[in-house]
Amino acid sequence: MGVAKGVVLAFNARDSRTVPARAMSEYKLKFEIFEGPLDLLLHLVKKEEVDIHQVNLTKITTQFIEYIDLMRVFDLDIAGEFLVMASTLMYIKSRELLPVEQQVVAEGEEEEEDPRWELIRRLVEYKKFKDAAAQLQERESAQEHIYPRLPGKPEFAADGPVPRAPVSVFDLVNAVNSILKRFTTQEARDVYEDKWTVGEKIESILTLIQTRPVLKFSELFVTATTRGEVIVTFLAMLELIRLRQMVIDQPEPFAEIEIRIAPPETLAESAPDASMPIAMENAENISPAATN
Amino acid sequence: MELKNILEAVLFSAQKPMSPKELQELFALTAEQTEEEIARALKKTKQEAIATALEELAGEHERAARSYRLVCVAGSWQFVSQPEFAPWIRTLVGQKQRPTRLSQPALETLAIIAYRQPITRAEIEQIRGVAVDGVMQTLLERDLVEQSGKAEVVGRPSLYSTTPEFLEYFGLRSLEEMPAADELRRITVQKPESLVTAEPGLATAPPEVLAEADINQLTASPAVAASERENKG
Repeated sequence: MGVAKGVVLAFNARDSRTVPARAMSEYKLKFEIFEGPLDLLLHLVKKEEVDIHQVNLTKITTQFIEYIDLMRVFDLDIAGEFLVMASTLMYIKSRELLPVEQQVVAEGEEEEEDPRWELIRRLVEYKKFKDAAAQLQERESAQEHIYPRLPGKPEFAADGPVPRAPVSVFDLVNAVNSILKRFTTQEARDVYEDKWTVGEKIESILTLIQTRPVLKFSELFVTATTRGEVIVTFLAMLELIRLRQMVIDQPEPFAEIEIRIAPPETLAESAPDASMPIAMENAENISPAATN
Repeated sequence: MELKNILEAVLFSAQKPMSPKELQELFALTAEQTEEEIARALKKTKQEAIATALEELAGEHERAARSYRLVCVAGSWQFVSQPEFAPWIRTLVGQKQRPTRLSQPALETLAIIAYRQPITRAEIEQIRGVAVDGVMQTLLERDLVEQSGKAEVVGRPSLYSTTPEFLEYFGLRSLEEMPAADELRRITVQKPESLVTAEPGLATAPPEVLAEADINQLTASPAVAASERENKG
């Protein structure tokens, strides 16, 4: 892989070369991983404790090559970049040995760039990015301690229609009671035979709802002429809800109850019978008199 | 009721960081949905005005030295807790879900891209002195950098830039907020007039000569800097 790494072992002893092999284990080994030749060079400059521009490149060259030798001793793969840097350093060193007038000027270049300067420029540049990386690292770990304020999702969904209010059994009882009030006076004097069955009313509600997507609760009863008819209609509606043919809800709490055809997706989840445990197995047989 | 108070209330309840643009849209929508006079007056609030009010608000919170502050990350504003309260918040909400920390080579490469973008792989390798294939792979996979075009040179190599995720990951408002951005963006270190060899050995120019050269760094355009680097190589 492309990531070149040189592992360098630095002994605490003054001169590692004099250390007998058998005694090596007694010495504390310090592992340093260098990201590349520039990283190693920077490390060597730092060890000299002088300004990067003042560093004695002869000394650094010697140390750099010593490190490469060490890497060889420890049988580490020496990345090509390290060898390129070693040769650059050697070139600088050899060039310095010649008097200025004898220094070779490469063909095609009027004035050759001083290789020392080029190297130092690269080192300074690299050092700055290394420092920048360290600052990024600080920010990275600082971010782990910063928590954003995340308020809980509001109770009402931010988008989409406001959910409609469910209808309780008491709401239904209240609603049907208010309809029945219309007939309290008439009930006393008129006696009818049962004109309507729950089955018939189911049919008529279904026909009605086919033509109108939403029915108001009271609209179911506008045609009702007797208390008995209201009750039969009411039972028919309950039966249709139980069979999940229709759903009832309110646009908002305390608004009038509305009746709609059950949307297909709510067939499974909207279980109105949970809130309305009304058994209507014998709905057909319930006579208005019985519910009175 | 001032603009900044409204912004404070909105950001306090916001589910995600919000940019001045989003806030502007919110003002326009609110004006349509309400009869409230102030809301109508704020209908056409400029983004600049929102940004200014947010800065002001952030400054107020800063001076009040609260346990939280208003910050702008990648152009969007949100309330965050101060880092010193992390131990208690951690107990409350658990460790922050963050990917593993970046390695040293990855951070170095990322720093180079961040300051020099758009930049080619070869230019990065030139600065780091080593190949960056593996590291680039990691950075691309983590969406911290992306391909942002092709360089107008032979072979048309890809150019790389940082992403908004980079700013988010490091909690940076913008690339300008990075430390020493001016200095690092395009270092074109000038060669001093003459290199003074201080001693007969291989010591290089005295620091004052080179320091001066450092000061004279120019902020050149990418193309110029690239060509300069080519000339030097």
